[in-house]
Amino acid sequence: MDVWSSLLDGFATAATPANLLYALVGVLLGTAVGVLPGLGPAMTVALLLPVTFALEPASAFIMFAGIYYGGMYGGSTTSILLNTPGESSSVVTAIEGHKMAKAGRAAQALATAAIGSFIAGTIGTVLLVVFAPVVVKFAVSLGNPSYFAIMVLSLLAVTAVLGTSRLRGFCALGLGLTVGLVGADPVTGQQRLTFGLPLLVDGIDIVVVAVAIFAVGEALWVAAHLRRTAAHVIPVGQPWMGREDWKRSWWPWLRGTAYGFPFGALPAGGAEIPTFLSYVTEKRLSKRPEEFGHGAIEGVAGPEAANNASAAGTLVPMLSLGLPTNATAAVMLAAFTQYGIQPGPLLFDREPQLVWALIASLFIGNLLLLLINLPLAPAWAKLLQIPRPYLYAGIVFFATLGAYSVNLQAFDLGILLVLGLLGFLMRRYGLPILPLILGVILGPRLEKQLRTSLQLSDGHVSGLFTEPVAIVVYVIVAVVLLWPLARRLVRRTPAAGVGAVEEREKVEAR
Amino acid sequence: MSVVVGYVPTREGETALDHAVREARSRGVRLVVVNTSRGDALVDERYADDEQLAALGSTLADTGVDHEVVHTIRGRDASEEILSVARERRAELVVIGLRRRSPVGKLLLGSTAQRVLLDAPCPVLAVKP
Repeated sequence: MDVWSSLLDGFATAATPANLLYALVGVLLGTAVGVLPGLGPAMTVALLLPVTFALEPASAFIMFAGIYYGGMYGGSTTSILLNTPGESSSVVTAIEGHKMAKAGRAAQALATAAIGSFIAGTIGTVLLVVFAPVVVKFAVSLGNPSYFAIMVLSLLAVTAVLGTSRLRGFCALGLGLTVGLVGADPVTGQQRLTFGLPLLVDGIDIVVVAVAIFAVGEALWVAAHLRRTAAHVIPVGQPWMGREDWKRSWWPWLRGTAYGFPFGALPAGGAEIPTFLSYVTEKRLSKRPEEFGHGAIEGVAGPEAANNASAAGTLVPMLSLGLPTNATAAVMLAAFTQYGIQPGPLLFDREPQLVWALIASLFIGNLLLLLINLPLAPAWAKLLQIPRPYLYAGIVFFATLGAYSVNLQAFDLGILLVLGLLGFLMRRYGLPILPLILGVILGPRLEKQLRTSLQLSDGHVSGLFTEPVAIVVYVIVAVVLLWPLARRLVRRTPAAGVGAVEEREKVEAR
Repeated sequence: MSVVVGYVPTREGETALDHAVREARSRGVRLVVVNTSRGDALVDERYADDEQLAALGSTLADTGVDHEVVHTIRGRDASEEILSVARERRAELVVIGLRRRSPVGKLLLGSTAQRVLLDAPCPVLAVKP
């Protein structure tokens, strides 16, 4: 009962007129950046970080949550109407969604995406309410060594499991950890990587890093690769669904939710894998497999539910452990630090009002999103007519303004440009962005846990293995790291076996 | 010599095309239809897609006028594109469609028609639907 009364308190905070307004602004912005390919919720939250310093933390996070959920809704509109995914999590939606639109069923595709997102988002948020306090109860019993191990695991999992190349992932992670090292040593006060520049002693502000990598890097990338095209948006009427469409959408929505939530909560889950799994499952279970590839409504309903459920799942480790599992959560976590709030298992105890208002606002945001997306999808598609140079000029302007306003230091603008160039080069050479951002944000906290553990054990490395949870997590880390090697060995063993048999035959033949 | 017309798949564009066909026929010259986009937005409804292009082609074939369609994305404004085609083909007349604009709309957005009117090397026929 305790949880539910806290949630009701949260609703009381989130439902004040001012906070409802921030939720509305958040979902509108989120949908807009979701519709536009190349712009995502992570970049938007990063750009808004400096602007929201003046707000109450609760209001700011209500807005950020709206942006996060809104991005998931908006991505599907572009996928369906233009066959260009607005977000990476709606890549799968484009497969069936665009075929449906071409067959004149755009309205039904948009409706099943919006309603599915609403149902999955709501169920996911209920699951968040149920699971987050349980995880917290478990997490507060953990000591520094276990915490350190879990952070190492989440960094490695994101780096090694996502993306095409482990090497590139680890390069990006290394860059991120290095950027996180800049500044004074938290224990001894020694200067690290400051190159004698006094302005670097305080470290590089996370806002500047996020804005540079997401906004400036992306703007440079688009400027270098502006492809000249002019497509048409497929016209839609008012979204509506027939009885048959409802019947065919229900189970995919629920199954998509079941895939999305746990994957969102896992360190290496993200939204892409569950959407793909959901698509494959629906294709296999469908009574009309021949329709897949020609516009099957199940292929839109399942993945769209999965990506929203994963958005809710992501918030479980973020709120209960302080561990981000995707870029948007990472930037939101950076926002906590900006407000001087320590993320981690104690967040629920220390900032109950903020956390529960955030969770309550997710329910409100979901409802708002359903209301603004169901009838207005064609209007949102009009955003795609904005010439991209105007759009990116605006983004660079806001990025510069934001980076300067953090410390009112012109020096930060230099850092913004240098890191923006780094973001561009990373995109150019296919380095994933997420490990870098996680490295910058988790690096200093990782170091703190490590230093504390080692101080407790008087500098003995064995102090890192004193807790059973830590040892279990290290075993998982070892499996994740050695998996490619093991797989190669397994593949080689039968071949080696064959060789041995041949050897023996040779011996016997003699 | 030729008649150049700026075409967009809207009512204004169709009206401009009608007048251009009439002019080209009476002058006995070739008709050059220009449809273009700067191509820097993901979506541009003024740039004809394959279907609209086919419809345009059959409309032009029905008129029996000697014609040519310039359908390009070169990162230039519609006005620049129309004017450069007009110079290349030594146009004796440029035809454009005008649309109704509110005073605020005129203030906010640069007008393609205005630039064509001011910079064209030849007489310009501006028609309203």
